[in-house]
Amino acid sequence: MKRLKFKRKSRLREFIGEKFIAINALVALLAIILIFIFIFKEALPIFTNPEIRQEAGLDKMIFKQVYYEGRDPKYAWQPNSDVPKYSLLPLLIGTIKAAIIALLFATPLGVGAAIFSSEFAGKRTREFIKPIIEILAGIPSVVLGFFALMILATILQKTLGLTFRLNALNAGIALGLAVIPIIFTISEDAMTSVPSSLRDAATALGANRWEVSMTTILPAALPGIAASIVLGFGRAIGETMIVLMASGNAAIISASFLDSVRTFSATIAAELAEVVFGGAHYSVLFFIGSLLFVFTFLINLGGDMVLTRIKARIQGKI
Amino acid sequence: MSQSTFDIEKKVTTEKLRFKPKSKGYIPRGATFLAVVIIILMLAIILGNIIFGGAGTISVKFLTHPPEQGMEAGGIFPAIFGTVFLVLLMVIAVVPVGVLTAIYLHEYTSPTSKITKIIRVAINNLAGVPSIVFGLFGLGFFVGFIGDGIDSLFYNSEGPVWGQPAIIWASLTLALLTLPVVIVSTEEALRTIPSELKDASYALGGTKLQTITRIIIPQALPGILTGSILAISRGAGEVAPIMFTGVAYYLPYLPAKLNDQFMELGYHIYVMATQSPDVEATKPILFGTVLVLLVLTFMLNFVAIYLRSRMRRKRVRV
Repeated sequence: MKRLKFKRKSRLREFIGEKFIAINALVALLAIILIFIFIFKEALPIFTNPEIRQEAGLDKMIFKQVYYEGRDPKYAWQPNSDVPKYSLLPLLIGTIKAAIIALLFATPLGVGAAIFSSEFAGKRTREFIKPIIEILAGIPSVVLGFFALMILATILQKTLGLTFRLNALNAGIALGLAVIPIIFTISEDAMTSVPSSLRDAATALGANRWEVSMTTILPAALPGIAASIVLGFGRAIGETMIVLMASGNAAIISASFLDSVRTFSATIAAELAEVVFGGAHYSVLFFIGSLLFVFTFLINLGGDMVLTRIKARIQGKI
Repeated sequence: MSQSTFDIEKKVTTEKLRFKPKSKGYIPRGATFLAVVIIILMLAIILGNIIFGGAGTISVKFLTHPPEQGMEAGGIFPAIFGTVFLVLLMVIAVVPVGVLTAIYLHEYTSPTSKITKIIRVAINNLAGVPSIVFGLFGLGFFVGFIGDGIDSLFYNSEGPVWGQPAIIWASLTLALLTLPVVIVSTEEALRTIPSELKDASYALGGTKLQTITRIIIPQALPGILTGSILAISRGAGEVAPIMFTGVAYYLPYLPAKLNDQFMELGYHIYVMATQSPDVEATKPILFGTVLVLLVLTFMLNFVAIYLRSRMRRKRVRV
C-alpha cells in the first residue's frame, strides 16, 4: 500500500517536471512570435488609422512626394519638420551603403584569415589566431562605435583629407570590424568540415598543398563561405550603436562613400525617445523595426538552411 | 544534390591538376597572412588607444564616486552599479530558462522530431534579431503591455508604477537577447556527459527527473557556468536593447527597486561621446569608462573561454 502511494506521487512529479521543462523550452519560440506581433502591432496604424495614413502612408514612404507647392517632388526623411517627410529611400540607401562598405572591408580580411588559418597555418599559429578573433568578437559594439567616432574618424580625415569626420566609410569600416568574426568563424568551419578524404585524394593525384587548397578545399567550401558573407550582411544591417555613433546620421541620397549616412537602425535609436506615443512618427519607426526584423529573419533562416544542407552534403557522402 | 563530392573530385582530376604548372603558392599564402596581420593590427590600434587613453583616469575615486560637474569630473560608480544590477537580474531570468530548454532538447526529444526542429530554428533566429528590435520589443511588450497591464489591474495611482522604463524590463529584454548563448553552451556541456552515467542512474532505479536533477545538471555545471558568463559579457555590452526600456543618463540615486531606472556603462559611453557639450573636457572620463567596460567584458570572456577549453579537454579524455 505504502509503495503504491509513493509510486503514484513520483509519477505525478515526473509528469509535472516534464511539462515544466517543456514550457521553458517554448520560451524561445514564444519570444520570436511575440517580437513579431508586438513590433508589427505598433506599426499597424500606418495601414489602419486614416489620419496616420494621410501623414505617413505606405505610398508616402516609397514614392517621391511634392512637399511644398510649386517645388519638384523629392525623397526626404525629415519627420520633425513642419511638413513631416517620411520617405524611406534615403534610409534604405544609407543602410545598404554602410553594409556594403562593411562587407567590402570584412570579406577579404575574414575569408583571407579563415583560409590562412585552415590551410596554411600550423597548429600553434591557429591556436593564436582563434583567440584573436574571439577578442575582436567580444568587443561591445558601443566600444567599436566609440573607437570609430573618436579615433578612426580622425585617422581617416587626416589620411584622406576629408571635410567631414563622420561618413559612410568610417561607419562601414567599424561595422566591418564587427562582421569579421562572423565571416571568419563560418568560413573556417566550412573549410575544416571538408572531409579529409577529398584532401587525400587530391594529394595522391600529385597536387601540392596549395593546389589542394585552391582546387579542392575552396570549391567545396565556397557555398559555406558565401553563406558567411550573407550572414555578415544580416549583422551589418541590424547593427545599431556603431552606425549611430560613427556615420554622422544625415539622411542623404548619394552614391559617395564619403557622405554621411543614416541607417534604419540608427534612425530608430536616435528618434524613438522623442516621438509622441502612438503618433505617425512612432508608427513609422516601428514599421522600420518590422522591416529590419523580417529582413534579418529571412537572411538568418536562409543562411541557416544553406549551411545545414552543405554540411549534410559534404559529410554525408563519405 | 547534383554536385556531389564525386563531381568535385572529377572536376579536380580531369580539368585542373593535369595541366597546371607547379606553383608553391607563395602569393595566396602571403595574401591570406596579410589579412591576419591587418586584423591583429586593427585590434592592436583599438586596444592600444583605449588602454593608453583610459589608464590614467582609473583610480579608486573614479570607480567609487558618482559623476560631478556635468560628467566632467568625479567617477562612474552609479554606472558600474547599474550594470552589475542589470546583468544580475538578467542572469536570474535567463539561466533557468536556457538550461531547461537545452535539457528538453537534449534529453526529452529526439533531434529529428518536429518540435525540436522548430525550437532550434527559433533559437537560431532569436540570435540573429537585431538588438534595436529587442529594444522596440521591450518597450512595446514589457513596458507597454505587461507593465501597463499590472498598473491598470493592481494600481489606481495617477502616474505609472510599472508601466514605465525600469531596470526589470531592461534586464528581461536582455535575457531574451542572451537566451541563445545560454542554450548553446549548456547543450555543448550536455553532449560531454557520458551516457554510462545516465544508464547507471536509471539502472539504480532513478527516474528521469531524478537523473536530470542529480546527475545531468551537476555534470553540466561547468557548461552552464560558461554560458552564464558569456551571457553576462554579452549583456553588459549591449546598449540598443536598454535604450528605451530603462536606462537613464544621469540619476542622483542608485536603483533600489525593480521599477527604478538605472545608469549603465555602455549607455554612459554613448551619451558622453555623442551629446557632451564639451568633448575635450569629458575625454579622460570617457576613455576611462570605455576601459572599465572593456576590462569587464574581457575578463568575463577569458574566464568563459578557459572553462570551455577545460571542458573540451575533459571530453576527449572520457
